[in-house]
Amino acid sequence: MNIDNTLINLVYVVAAVLFIVGLKFLGSPATARKGNLISAVGMLIAVVVTLGNQQILSFELIAVGVVVGALVGAVVSRKVAMTSMPEMVALFNGFGGLASLFVGWAALSVALVKAMSSGVAVDNFSLVTIFLSILIGGLTFTGSLLAYGKLSEKISGRAFVYSGQRIVNSGILIAVLVCAALFFQDSANDNWLYLAVGLSLVLGVMFVLPIGGADMPVVISLLNSFSGLAAAAAGFAIGNILLIVAGSLVGASGIILTSIMCKAMNRSLPNVLFSGFGTVKVSTGPVIEQGEVKPMSAEDAYYVLEAAASVVIIPGYGMAVAQAQHAVKELQGMLEKNGAEVVYAIHPVAGRMPGHMNVLLAEADVPYDLLLEMDQVNPRMDSFDVAIVIGANDVVNPAAREVESSPIYGMPVINADKARTVFVLKRSMATGFAGIDNPLFFKENTRMLFGDAKATIGSLIKSFD
Amino acid sequence: MEIIILIFVFVLAIFLGVELINKVPSTLHTPLMSGSNAISGITLVGALVSAGSTSNEFASILGVLAVAFATINVVGGYMVTDRMLAMFKKKEGGNGK
Repeated sequence: MNIDNTLINLVYVVAAVLFIVGLKFLGSPATARKGNLISAVGMLIAVVVTLGNQQILSFELIAVGVVVGALVGAVVSRKVAMTSMPEMVALFNGFGGLASLFVGWAALSVALVKAMSSGVAVDNFSLVTIFLSILIGGLTFTGSLLAYGKLSEKISGRAFVYSGQRIVNSGILIAVLVCAALFFQDSANDNWLYLAVGLSLVLGVMFVLPIGGADMPVVISLLNSFSGLAAAAAGFAIGNILLIVAGSLVGASGIILTSIMCKAMNRSLPNVLFSGFGTVKVSTGPVIEQGEVKPMSAEDAYYVLEAAASVVIIPGYGMAVAQAQHAVKELQGMLEKNGAEVVYAIHPVAGRMPGHMNVLLAEADVPYDLLLEMDQVNPRMDSFDVAIVIGANDVVNPAAREVESSPIYGMPVINADKARTVFVLKRSMATGFAGIDNPLFFKENTRMLFGDAKATIGSLIKSFD
Repeated sequence: MEIIILIFVFVLAIFLGVELINKVPSTLHTPLMSGSNAISGITLVGALVSAGSTSNEFASILGVLAVAFATINVVGGYMVTDRMLAMFKKKEGGNGK
């Protein structure tokens, strides 16, 4: 079946419109699911009409690739636990990048063969865009694999910082460009190409290596952006406008998320990318006057909660680790039955990817209109009888407001300490990712509930029964 | 000229993307990410052409690999996004919206 190229491109326009409408619908929880479906339909018609391309003569290989890919994708997406969502998104990003690398490489091979037979050299624009798709695709692939490893804790999630890494990374980038230039001069010599591919893969690793822990939301957003830009570059390489449009939409979305994440941490992108939090000079300035930590048993906490008329729950990555979202939802039900108002306050960088907490709570059936953003909650924080902090630390640290010498000074935080009583559910007195003391734990109105978050909430629920 | 048109499209699409995504509430950031991730699997369209053309064996092999990985990205991305979004519920009404 051969379809005219103009017709194919017209259908691509329809697909692009469906992607745009789909993304627009993703902007509201009520229409988001429909939006995702619309975007999937766009993808489907784009793929189907492409099969009519006159250059496609054999379908066996395509069938193999599609069947294998669809099976793996379907199984993984059904099996994955909601708590593992960050690493799965990272992995899929990486696969997208790898696919773009292969598309660019294949385009190069085709262009070179054509140049050989026609005697006309490949034009520079094609060469440059092909190399861009290889470079961006390659570093997205290995960078995402490393991010996957860190997030799934197959390797240490900590930032790995060494001096001079800026120089090393710039050196690798320059080396890739030099390889590209040399290859342009002498395209018969494949070695420069292989070297460029290899160096792109190394660059991805070196780029993600110094980023860890609470900075992961930034790096995932950035890799998301790269996977889109890699597709756009591949689109330039093969002259396909749909790839360019869809790729740059994704690229833009990743850039936005990256900037939202950086703003929520009051840090610049270069600061996140290059300095790791470990290297920030921890202040030895005026010591915050620290009172005593006041531990509380679950039973005593129950009496406070029973009397509370309004409760705000502030979850963090610790809730994901303890898989406590269902227990939290149960506690919410108990409190509501008891007549209390319960809302959730979600910090933009709570968890390991943008919106991580929202997905976990949605999984536990918490209605999304109870999940409030930081700016909605802070103005009325003093009206809450109890704030329950579950596995969050830096995002509720009042030092960001009060202690000018603190490394996180200036970061917007949820003002949990302004609630009448604060319960902090915490495994031990260890500091948060940033290694910064949290004066919240020592405040007059703070009570510490030590132990596994899920177990602690479990005993609270039992008291209500 | 054609190069200029491609660059034009690229720049405009970036701006469009920024406008579209800016309005997405933080509640939906994870599904947005996995959903847009699925869209970046559009590279599948390019991969199909390389995989299906019989003129260059090496390019076909690269193409098949690209098809497989891009399909994982597309199918997995859309399915997992749908799975997540199905869980987002409003307070009243219990199931669904």
